[in-house]
Amino acid sequence: MTTVDVSTDERLARSSLVNRLVVRPEIGALLGAIVVFLFFSVVTDKFLTMGGIATWLDDSATLGIMAVAVALLMIGGEFDLSAGVMTGSTALVTAMLATKAGMNIWLAILVSLVFALGVGALNGWLVVRTGLPSFIVTLGTFLALQGLNLGITRLVTNSVQVSGMRRAGGYESSGFVFASWFDIGDTAFRISIIWWIAFAALAAWVLLRTKFGNWIFAVGGAAPSARAVGVPVARTKILLFMTTAAAGWLVGTINILRYTTAQANEGIGLEFQYIIAAVIGGCLLTGGFGSAVGAAIGALIFGMARQGIVFANWNSDWFMLFLGIMLLGAVLVNNTFRRRAERVRR
Amino acid sequence: MTESSGQPALIEVENIGKSYGSVLALRDVSTVVNAGEVTCVLGDNGAGKSTLIKILSGVHRHDSGQFFVNGTLMTFNSPRDALDAGIATVHQDLAVVPLMSVWRNFFLGSEPTVGFGPLQRLDRRNGRRIARESLADMGIDLRDVEQPVGTLSGGERQCVAIARAIHFGAKVLILDEPTAALGVKQSGVVLRYVAQARDRGLGVVLITHNPRHAYPVGNRFLVLKRGQSLGSYEKSEISIEELTRQMAGGAELEALEHELREVAE
Repeated sequence: MTTVDVSTDERLARSSLVNRLVVRPEIGALLGAIVVFLFFSVVTDKFLTMGGIATWLDDSATLGIMAVAVALLMIGGEFDLSAGVMTGSTALVTAMLATKAGMNIWLAILVSLVFALGVGALNGWLVVRTGLPSFIVTLGTFLALQGLNLGITRLVTNSVQVSGMRRAGGYESSGFVFASWFDIGDTAFRISIIWWIAFAALAAWVLLRTKFGNWIFAVGGAAPSARAVGVPVARTKILLFMTTAAAGWLVGTINILRYTTAQANEGIGLEFQYIIAAVIGGCLLTGGFGSAVGAAIGALIFGMARQGIVFANWNSDWFMLFLGIMLLGAVLVNNTFRRRAERVRR
Repeated sequence: MTESSGQPALIEVENIGKSYGSVLALRDVSTVVNAGEVTCVLGDNGAGKSTLIKILSGVHRHDSGQFFVNGTLMTFNSPRDALDAGIATVHQDLAVVPLMSVWRNFFLGSEPTVGFGPLQRLDRRNGRRIARESLADMGIDLRDVEQPVGTLSGGERQCVAIARAIHFGAKVLILDEPTAALGVKQSGVVLRYVAQARDRGLGVVLITHNPRHAYPVGNRFLVLKRGQSLGSYEKSEISIEELTRQMAGGAELEALEHELREVAE
């Protein structure tokens, strides 16, 4: 604690627009996104065309849905390493039920959702019950799901993929909801972009405008304090794990209906991308601070850079270098901004 | 039951005790908390102060003795039970979330809402207004209740926690070492809030190991040592010197002073 002179005038004088912006967690990500956008707009011809925009928005969309859910969980003070493989597991469950058990796709999707929520609840329950770091608990779930995905797929299909979704009942209608296109001008955009924006908006609203959002910040910021004033800490955390699992289900469903084939190793390795996007978006690794909109912007930076490098005809190996620098930069910027947020008196 | 002015005491404990396994943390402690009065609980580290307030605030259950709230025999199963009975505790860590704004902290766990069902949302306008007004009533004027609680001084944070308890209808306020981490000036500020809460008719339980903080605001002093009561005194029955002596362990302290003098020589 710094001892600050409690003079009213001083407090007023410091309440500038800059200070107001600086305390927003997503400001760093927003500036980064503008820089990346301008850079690739200048360096490549295709980046700023309608087709180009559709490409990088689509790349950002599925990543963004997950990043937003992971951001909520991180603000709540926990990690979910099983989030990536969950997109694969849910796709496989849907695909197997629809193609092997002959279920209507809608019903298969519903069962898959129940499965995802169950795994999410289990993750959350294990974490709050044992008090172990969620990093370890969800690493366990991650490995277990990875094994199940491969093992069961091989048992059922004798290969490492499930295909044939197109022949299953309800493909047209479910495909329309999760994997269709919409036109702006004469360019087709993926419907996943709408899901991404809608999910980010909903998450931001919940986080900042509802009681539950208040609890998310509290359980991540100081769980014992939150418990002492009557916040249901365990319930809040379990619901957050269920939210990332449900987001994994949404992305898994979008993928299976888009590609009509589910690979048994789908989603593995993506969990860190979600965390990176959330951190770039202003989430603290220690919890209690962050933004859903920021995470969505973090995913946007990701998508823009990944596709921008392709448009520029560079080797995609450079993407990882970019990612590393971006992540380090974001953490440093976040750290500085957070200190200011704590210090700035308004 | 001791009665004060015809009203049953807000809290009365009789021969209350608690053990953790084979450790007797508290034995045969009795005291009373009346409306508009401050009951101070004094004692050195490990004297059983924390155990006593954990029983009063519903964190732990007592194993022996009787615990009356408003004259009714009670056993709390959770802090929520204590809160529902009007007993609010301001813990040493204040139960505030430093990165959250003042008004969000103020209402944490009991948020005001508007709308129904899935559209239910925080009533931010009223929340901010009530938080600002409640703090102003306690003598703290904040320009912006959106600032993180972490930016406030230690005394101001105490005030937020106390104002919160009062706003949510606490009849008894338990303050756990509110001055422990504070400087002289900030301690004075906090003691003024304690007096204000008392003058509003709340029963206050002030836990401290500093008799000079306890004596000016206290009406009754319970001195604990190694889990046992050295006595519960009305203010008229004890002087500050005697209180200090009792707390520090009387004869032991004199022996220590003697020893120190020898070392110095």
